[in-house]
Amino acid sequence: MNLEEYKGVFVFAQQVDNVISNIAFELLGKAKDLANDLNTEVTAVLVGSGIKDLADQLAEYGADKVIVVDDPELKEYRTEPYTHALSSVINEYKPEIVLVGATAIGRDLGPRVSARVQTGLTADCTVLEIGNFPINPTPNQKSGQLLMTRPAFGGNTIATIACPDNRPQMATVRAGVMQKIAPIKGAKAEVIEFNPGFTPNNKYVEILNIVKEVKDIVDIAEAKILVSGGRGVGSAENFKLLDDLAEVLGGTVSCSRAVVDDGWKEKELQVGQTGKTVRPQVYFAIGISGAIQHTAGMEESDIIIAINKDETAPIFDVADYGIVGDLNKIVPMLTEQLKAAIASK
Amino acid sequence: MKIVVCIKQVPDTKGGVKFNADGTLDRGAMLTIMNPDDKAGLEAALRLKDQYGAEVTVLTMGLPKAEEVLREAMAMGADKGILVTDRVLGGADTWATSTTIAGALRNIDYDLIITGRQAIDGDTAQVGPQISEHLDIPVISYAQDIKIDGDYVIVQRQYEDRYHELKAKMPCLVTALSELNEARYMTPGGIFDAYDKEITVWGRADLKDVDDANLGLKGSPTKIAKASDKVRKGAGEKVTLEPDEAVKYLIGKLEEKHVI
Repeated sequence: MNLEEYKGVFVFAQQVDNVISNIAFELLGKAKDLANDLNTEVTAVLVGSGIKDLADQLAEYGADKVIVVDDPELKEYRTEPYTHALSSVINEYKPEIVLVGATAIGRDLGPRVSARVQTGLTADCTVLEIGNFPINPTPNQKSGQLLMTRPAFGGNTIATIACPDNRPQMATVRAGVMQKIAPIKGAKAEVIEFNPGFTPNNKYVEILNIVKEVKDIVDIAEAKILVSGGRGVGSAENFKLLDDLAEVLGGTVSCSRAVVDDGWKEKELQVGQTGKTVRPQVYFAIGISGAIQHTAGMEESDIIIAINKDETAPIFDVADYGIVGDLNKIVPMLTEQLKAAIASK
Repeated sequence: MKIVVCIKQVPDTKGGVKFNADGTLDRGAMLTIMNPDDKAGLEAALRLKDQYGAEVTVLTMGLPKAEEVLREAMAMGADKGILVTDRVLGGADTWATSTTIAGALRNIDYDLIITGRQAIDGDTAQVGPQISEHLDIPVISYAQDIKIDGDYVIVQRQYEDRYHELKAKMPCLVTALSELNEARYMTPGGIFDAYDKEITVWGRADLKDVDDANLGLKGSPTKIAKASDKVRKGAGEKVTLEPDEAVKYLIGKLEEKHVI
């Protein structure tokens, strides 16, 4: 493998139902930083059926080029044709970096593609930067490497990983971590159409049915203020206290894993290692003990306020403002007084 | 029907996390368990066995101690156990791990391979799909339901806001979510029998069609640049106040930070 042949930062621009997923824009934002450091270009790879007109949106969020793979076989996500599409693009255009969202699609597509093009893949990254490998100077230290940082052991440890001898360097990236750029209205990218041909084989699966789970659920990763509850809230009904507080502040209610396990709230509202990563301006942790699996998903929040009756709860180790006390007394009083304070402004 | 379930012995990171005095993770003090997604995969295989009749083989790669999870799986009802262990296989990333497991699987007949979606130590979700690529068979990840229809497997494949009902011709690999089912317990008779059953142990020489260049630490394309126990954000203020005082304190802070 001649590593020098591989140039450019590629982003898999995930779309579902011909709507580009937010993660694609987030990845383009990060790709732009990496491309600047490497003095190269950002290319979005758009895969689907009837999707060509989405290319302009990718340009507005930072893509210099868009490679469009448009074929009827790609209408819905299926592992094999999408793997064939992205692997063929990699083999044809030889990027040095490929970023894929760590979504239910990307965490299936990424590994299959990496195995096909025979390179490494680092999962669920939260930090990406260009640097040297090994980090300490040695005679064969290489510069310009993608350093990929990710949590492991349920958020207890953090590892930085490189892929020095294979190309492309591939990473899946957690949603809600990278920042998209402010869109540049009217920006255009060079659009390249590419079709490697799709012939169904034993690896093509048949879609019998698509069942959309219609849920009126907000995306907690987008919220500016999160009022998050744990098992300490006591019951599904008692989350009313949190709903009221969130309403006064224009915030959104989220929860810990225990609450989902108990069936009080939907999985989509779960913050943490196995839920979503969030970083709102204000994060209220109410009746949440703060197991590391939880804090791994919220400790980047600007302000963390914890209310818990157990003064030894680990949540107080990450909270900016911790109140030891009874949430059943404090939360409703806080809601009422905030209402008054906001009304008087 | 022949089903192979790939399982992993992992440190129990839920609840039982132990730290050394210097704040680093005390791995020696942590209990090991069968990875939860793998256990759901095993339970799914055992239910298929109950319903349609099947031979269930469990396979693990790890240290010799990983035999424990094979015994546990056999006590739950698995028929055979295979342990892949060899010093030259250590330090493998997901590429080298999937290459190793695929090399072991090439020795046996299978219709269905089930793996967990991901292991709780690495959380990568990569090994299942990568095994399927090495074996050139279809993969269905994130299974929330698995059924058999003749030579086909029918799976509900979960996404964030929907599921797809998919039909794939076997042989096929499916990765299981822990939500798939509630795993059964070992039975006393099963535990007794499990210790009479033989476990096949394979090393490097038993792997089929794999290149040394793709195994172990040396064969891993990803390399660890640095690893550290997570630096936690420092604690802020912690106060114990009467409710009305606590509310006053919080409103003051929210005003100070221009939240309200």
